[in-house]
Amino acid sequence: MIALEDIHKSFHDLEVLRGVSLVVPEGGVTALIGASGSGKSTLLRCVNLLEIPQSGQVRIDDATVRFTPGGKVSRDAVLTLRRKTGMVFQNFQLFPHLTALENVMEGLLTVLKWPRERARTRALELLDKVGMTAKADAWPANLSGGQQQRVAIARALAPAPKVLLCDEPTSALDPQLAAEVVEVLAQLARDGTTMLMATHDLRLAATIASNVVYLDGGEIVEAGPAGQVFTAPTDARTRRFISTLTAATPAL
Amino acid sequence: MPPWLSLMIESLPSLLWACLLFTVPLTLLSFVLGLAVGFITAIVRLFAPRPFAAIFRFYVWIIRGTPLLVQLFLIFYGLPSLGIVLDAFPAALIGFTLNVGAYTSEIIRAVLLSVPKGQWEAAYSIGMTWPQAMRRTILPQATRTAVPPLSNTFISLVKDTSLAAAITVPELFRAGQRIVATSYEPLILYVEVALIYLVVSSILSSLQVQVEKRFSRYGGYIEAAS
Repeated sequence: MIALEDIHKSFHDLEVLRGVSLVVPEGGVTALIGASGSGKSTLLRCVNLLEIPQSGQVRIDDATVRFTPGGKVSRDAVLTLRRKTGMVFQNFQLFPHLTALENVMEGLLTVLKWPRERARTRALELLDKVGMTAKADAWPANLSGGQQQRVAIARALAPAPKVLLCDEPTSALDPQLAAEVVEVLAQLARDGTTMLMATHDLRLAATIASNVVYLDGGEIVEAGPAGQVFTAPTDARTRRFISTLTAATPAL
Repeated sequence: MPPWLSLMIESLPSLLWACLLFTVPLTLLSFVLGLAVGFITAIVRLFAPRPFAAIFRFYVWIIRGTPLLVQLFLIFYGLPSLGIVLDAFPAALIGFTLNVGAYTSEIIRAVLLSVPKGQWEAAYSIGMTWPQAMRRTILPQATRTAVPPLSNTFISLVKDTSLAAAITVPELFRAGQRIVATSYEPLILYVEVALIYLVVSSILSSLQVQVEKRFSRYGGYIEAAS
């Protein structure tokens, strides 16, 4: 179970998250939607502690880390929690000095200390899953954005995380390349991968999300099953936000 | 054979000997040690608490702000007044190491900062600790960027070691001076000395090209989309 409790996060004087509590159901896809600056990326980064909240609690399975203003959290607690997560970034962030295959193997070798052959076998399986076997030995610089993102997904999945965190996984891609990434993520969703995903991409959210959380001004305005939030939002702000998205994509 | 040529050929063995015995070891040792000092300085200035960083900033300020020749004189001729007496070679080695350390620390600091912040985050996101991220993700990328400026420092260093002649290290330039003192042929000898420096730096420059080629196998950096 992934549970966030009363998360507060500020950058200097700017309060980005104002007490967010959220339970991410296992085996489902939770989409975080909201305008730029609503705090969805920050919320995502508070789950794997790339950002340390000022207060609140993050729990993944048996690992819980509690934050208090001015209090220090131990490095080991952060690592334990973080190693239960995988993350996909908006701009991929593959390691440019490693091939696609080596990118996927890196965490297994360096963090989990797997023997090389075992890591290689696991990495090849994952590249197959994202349809990148043919490019296993390619350098990231020679891959398209969509291909890079698919390798990045394989890299994030390599240590078998409890939750895959996706930060705007398609928004740096043109629609055609975004489609191939959506397809991969949809397949993962069908396989029962737990995902928490910040996105602007309504097609992505509508295709694969089972739950939708709408954030505005660092607070959760509305949350519920995807069908309900998209078709019958109860809050006026959610309604307005959804209508601006659908206005841009009339085919939905 | 014209007399100038026979003088050059006659003096070549002792010049090359001085180069091999003093110029090359002094260059290599002070570069390797200086890189280590530079790396530590860069890491402390980037990541350590303020007081530590300030100490190293002070060191870089002193070394960069004073002439190398003066530094060498202070170490070799000045320190004995404080009871610290060093032989010429170790004195030169210390001077050049401190000098290389200060200059390369700035290069290393810059190339470490040039690796995008997202690479740290990607490394952390797959569970790496700080040392793992540094060693496996940041350093390999920074090293590549560092090759041209560090090669520059290295080639400058080869020539700067001639300053060690002033504190009596019998290296290439001093060996040339000695022969001039008996042959009274400064033009011929200093041209020869210059040519030897030129050959050595040219060999090093071509090595730099090889190293850069090896590092460029993975193509360009990926432009971060934004």
